[in-house]
Amino acid sequence: MGMTMSQKILADHAGAASVKAGELIEADLDLVLGNDITSPVAIHEMDRMKNRRVFSQDKIALVMDHFIPNKDIKSAEHCKCVRNFASEFGITNYFDVGQMGIEHALLPEKGLVVAGNLCIGADSHTCTYGALGAFSTGVGSTDMAAGMASGKAWFKVPSAIRVLVTGKKRKYVTGKDLILHLIGEIGVDGALYQSLEFTGDGIADLSMDDRFTIANMAIEAGAKNGIFPVDEQTLAYMKEHASTCGKTYEADPDAEYTRTVTIDLAQLEPTVSFPHLPSNARKISEITEAIPMDQAVIGSCTNGRISDLRAAAEILKGRHVKKGLRCIVIPATQDIYLQAMEEGLLKIFIEAGAVVSTPTCGPCLGGYMGILAAGERCISTTNRNFIGRMGDVTSEVYLASPYVAAASAVTGKISSPEELQ
Amino acid sequence: MNAQGKVFKYGDNIDTDVIIPARYLNSSDPAELATHCMEDIDKTFTERVHQGDIIVGLKNFGCGSSREHAPIAIKAAGVSCVIAETFARIFFRNSINIGLPILECPEAAAEIQDGDTVCVDFSTGVIRDLTQNKEYKAQPFPPFMQKIISAGGLINYVNQNE
Repeated sequence: MGMTMSQKILADHAGAASVKAGELIEADLDLVLGNDITSPVAIHEMDRMKNRRVFSQDKIALVMDHFIPNKDIKSAEHCKCVRNFASEFGITNYFDVGQMGIEHALLPEKGLVVAGNLCIGADSHTCTYGALGAFSTGVGSTDMAAGMASGKAWFKVPSAIRVLVTGKKRKYVTGKDLILHLIGEIGVDGALYQSLEFTGDGIADLSMDDRFTIANMAIEAGAKNGIFPVDEQTLAYMKEHASTCGKTYEADPDAEYTRTVTIDLAQLEPTVSFPHLPSNARKISEITEAIPMDQAVIGSCTNGRISDLRAAAEILKGRHVKKGLRCIVIPATQDIYLQAMEEGLLKIFIEAGAVVSTPTCGPCLGGYMGILAAGERCISTTNRNFIGRMGDVTSEVYLASPYVAAASAVTGKISSPEELQ
Repeated sequence: MNAQGKVFKYGDNIDTDVIIPARYLNSSDPAELATHCMEDIDKTFTERVHQGDIIVGLKNFGCGSSREHAPIAIKAAGVSCVIAETFARIFFRNSINIGLPILECPEAAAEIQDGDTVCVDFSTGVIRDLTQNKEYKAQPFPPFMQKIISAGGLINYVNQNE
């Protein structure tokens, strides 16, 4: 029996010739990640260890991104705890205000994850790096602590769902629409404990930013990881950002998948996920009622990259945000922020009546920088629309692409970019 | 190892945002997190829960954010065990790692009602609903997971073996 791409990476890191779905293995880690919310819990756990140590100063990444610049005194204490830890152990990849970005946009940009790597992160969206052909998955703080100390973690080898992507996208269709559609098809637990392995000739039509968005939201289908094959685009991205292109793995031709889901890109439309689950996905053409919005958020680890900002700017250029609606744009990293400035995108946003924030996870998880009041609605390029996710328990989050979020910001209700023409 | 308590029953896809909303994640103190446990889905949970009580959910319990604060809040609120049809995988790992016993058992999750008194034997996986006088069998933990839970979590377990 052949192995999936994910299984091959796990086998190599466990020093095994082959692994099977369901098997429990211990594997060597290439990177352990934590942020300002999850790292303090991990550091407290490490403090309880008899042998307090880190396995490598260079293979741990600590990114202050959720509640920073510090939103309150308690958040400041958390960051201070992580800052002191990074200093004590000489952690090279510690990113604080001024260097930081949203972790899952930052790590690939800094070349800290490449194809074939095995990474864990104390953040559920760690699955983002599957876009680079790496196996990466979210864990909790105790796993992070054990990983930082030992450089190892235990895994149950996952089975996989094959997602066969064909065709070419239409104008205004993005990776976000693909992943919302897929979650709508298979449900929020449709890939529970499994890998989502993307394959097919349609992948060539997905940019790296599209792939990051898609892999990022694999967790919203319950998946352990989402992974893409390595192609010319992946290699070009790694050559630009990293010192190595890692190792390319391919699934065996006879690899076993529990099912295959086919997605024809040409059939996709801009898609919106309604409250309160990412699986409540509806095509924009099926939304016939007017759904007024109070806020639009364009950013996050899902959609805060340069192509996302370009898409939003394409819509907002020469237009104005609807009176009474707040539009918040959050570039995901300092480099993206700078690039957006150089390309004139920030000017477009500000002239349109939007605000531009420093990189932060902020409103995505209801931290700060755009919290919703009772009954308010937000169209958002983020990844979760759970009850109370962005504020009051009666507020509502609608998930969409940057095109749709920007178009909705202009009209004040959920809108397709095509409506503006 | 056993647990016995009154059941708090919830539905499908109970996410970690409703178990412990992110607005409280500026703290990592278990006692403080416990005072907001389940707040966004059950405002009176913290007033009604007693030491030893049991949470029962349906599909995909603990989905969403990887925040370990979620099982920490549940454990610190006094909950002795969570039973569900299925668990989200990160929540599953986190619960084992912090020593919160959790059991997957679709039949028990479906039939046990809110307010029932339930008794669980972790070594055998037997779940008894004393109110309805019914018995269910969940897959018991593999031995290494039982050791982690009885040690009170992964770090204690690692310390014991150093």
